[in-house]
Amino acid sequence: MKTAGKILVSAYALAIYGFIFLPVIVLVLFSLQASSFPIPPFTGPSLRWYEAVLSDRRLMSALFNSVVLAGLSSAVAVTLGFLAAWGFARYHLPRSSLMRALITLPLTVSYLIIGMGLLIVFNWAGVPKSLLAAGIGHVVINLPLCFAIIYSQMGDNQVNFERAARDLGASEWKVLFLVSVPVLWPAIFASFFLSMTFSWDEFVIAFLLTRFDTTLPVEIWNLLRSGLNPRTNAIGSLVFGVSIVMALLLELVFLRRTRR
Amino acid sequence: MTGTLPGQSLSGPLVEIRKLSHSFGGHKALNEVSLTVEPGSYTVLLGPSGSGKTTLLSIIGGFVHPNEGSVFIRGNDFTRAPPARRPTATVFQDYALFPHLTVGNNVGFGLRMRGVPRAARASKVRDALAMVGLADAIHKRPHQLSGGQRQRVALARALVVEPAVLLLDEPLGALDLKLRRQMQDELKALQKRVGTAFIHVTHDQEEAMALADHCVVMSDGRIEDQGPAERVYSRPASRFSATFMGESTLISGKILDLGMDEIRVDTQVGPLSLAGAGEPGFDVSLAIRPEHITLVPESGSVSLGEAVVTDVVFQGSFKRVLAVSTRDPDVTFIAKLRSSYGVAIGDKVELYATPADMVLLSR
Repeated sequence: MKTAGKILVSAYALAIYGFIFLPVIVLVLFSLQASSFPIPPFTGPSLRWYEAVLSDRRLMSALFNSVVLAGLSSAVAVTLGFLAAWGFARYHLPRSSLMRALITLPLTVSYLIIGMGLLIVFNWAGVPKSLLAAGIGHVVINLPLCFAIIYSQMGDNQVNFERAARDLGASEWKVLFLVSVPVLWPAIFASFFLSMTFSWDEFVIAFLLTRFDTTLPVEIWNLLRSGLNPRTNAIGSLVFGVSIVMALLLELVFLRRTRR
Repeated sequence: MTGTLPGQSLSGPLVEIRKLSHSFGGHKALNEVSLTVEPGSYTVLLGPSGSGKTTLLSIIGGFVHPNEGSVFIRGNDFTRAPPARRPTATVFQDYALFPHLTVGNNVGFGLRMRGVPRAARASKVRDALAMVGLADAIHKRPHQLSGGQRQRVALARALVVEPAVLLLDEPLGALDLKLRRQMQDELKALQKRVGTAFIHVTHDQEEAMALADHCVVMSDGRIEDQGPAERVYSRPASRFSATFMGESTLISGKILDLGMDEIRVDTQVGPLSLAGAGEPGFDVSLAIRPEHITLVPESGSVSLGEAVVTDVVFQGSFKRVLAVSTRDPDVTFIAKLRSSYGVAIGDKVELYATPADMVLLSR
């Protein structure tokens, strides 16, 4: 009876992890396919599709666009999120809780709606579809996240550190850069990497707001339109690999923090 | 950044506070408070929570700008100056050590803000840490230190910038009783050694008595009493001061008539004569410290009437006895009796005190 239960639990766990990881494993496995179709039987391993992907100028420029977009939009989102959190934590603003709720509201709105809204606004304002437009979209979706994470870490002792710094002669800029930012560094770092991963993976907004120069997820979608191909597997595996690295970095920061 | 200008007199008070008033919302936290602090003195602001002592300290430190009144330090008006431009430094209640910096960099922070070069900074930091007995903690992080050690780092960090006044906001509040008494002695010794004026906020009257050269008793946004701790204890100026700084038995009464240099007061426990001045018909109170109430008459003592013992607490060298007057049940006597006295709850006793030990209070 006991062993039966154990087997059941193990099977359940296996099913869950299988459900989550099997598609990824299949994706990665068939990216190593030697023949031209990503379907069994497995004929690899071969790196020819990676070679094809890495020498594809369109894909590589999309990859470059994605990296730059993720980095810059996250930097802007973190900066704005930090300043908003700092402002809310330091000053008694009228209707503070309503304003905070409004800032975090985009977290609950679907990317499709945000993308459509931005598309209409940009259209009306005469902003052409571009990477800049997509970048602004990514700031819109990531700023609430950065704000929420950083604001949650701004407790009373934060106020006391800043007060102590002022007492010891620090100007407001020095208080900000020598005390507030370093003390909140783990939260800032975490929200930056979380934004990076979201922006890196984001499709809908990038699809709606870019035209000629576009991001990697949009370019992959373009590839997929002409049917499955081990090249899509290879580029998919690369995207997955980058996400994993960012997730690990994030984990490392949090682990280091809990150990301290 | 010391506030001294060439040619400025150093003979006046170090800190002069003139008629400070401040309100938070509708609550009047300070009401026309005036205070002077002499160079090299240890001033303690004593009062219960909500008495305005912390507000007063925050105003001296520049964290709160008062509605009315002014703060002069070394003769210069600092009322509206931000904390960074004041010759003050603060030891905060929770120490507020920067968690991302080492102990050494914490202590060196103020010097760095003042543009002191690295080499000079390092040697001053070492000296400051040595002064508080933490020379070998220089490379540690604040979270690796005990509460008492953090407290010392906070002291070193504030003293290293050589402030004209050091402000301490309930600095011992977070420590356990034993450590508190030990740090209290260290604080006093440190203050005598460095010679900087300290202004220390506390609600602990024992701490106040042990530390203060000048004790300021505050209540409800006002200064109730101020002076040397011994004077404030032995001759309190108000009913509040008599009961907050140590305990007292309070007996109210009305002045009957005046003698040569004594007055007769009709009290709740009968007429008593004592030295003092006043107008006949005035309402007054008599305060008597517990150690001045006895069970047996001594030379010069007078009877306070009969009382019923309601509580006896053995406290080692003495017994703390509460007794309610049979003449007026509103009067509760508090007495510290030698432990050898055999008194028990319910006993009827006659209590005595010497008129010279009674303090006449008009408020």
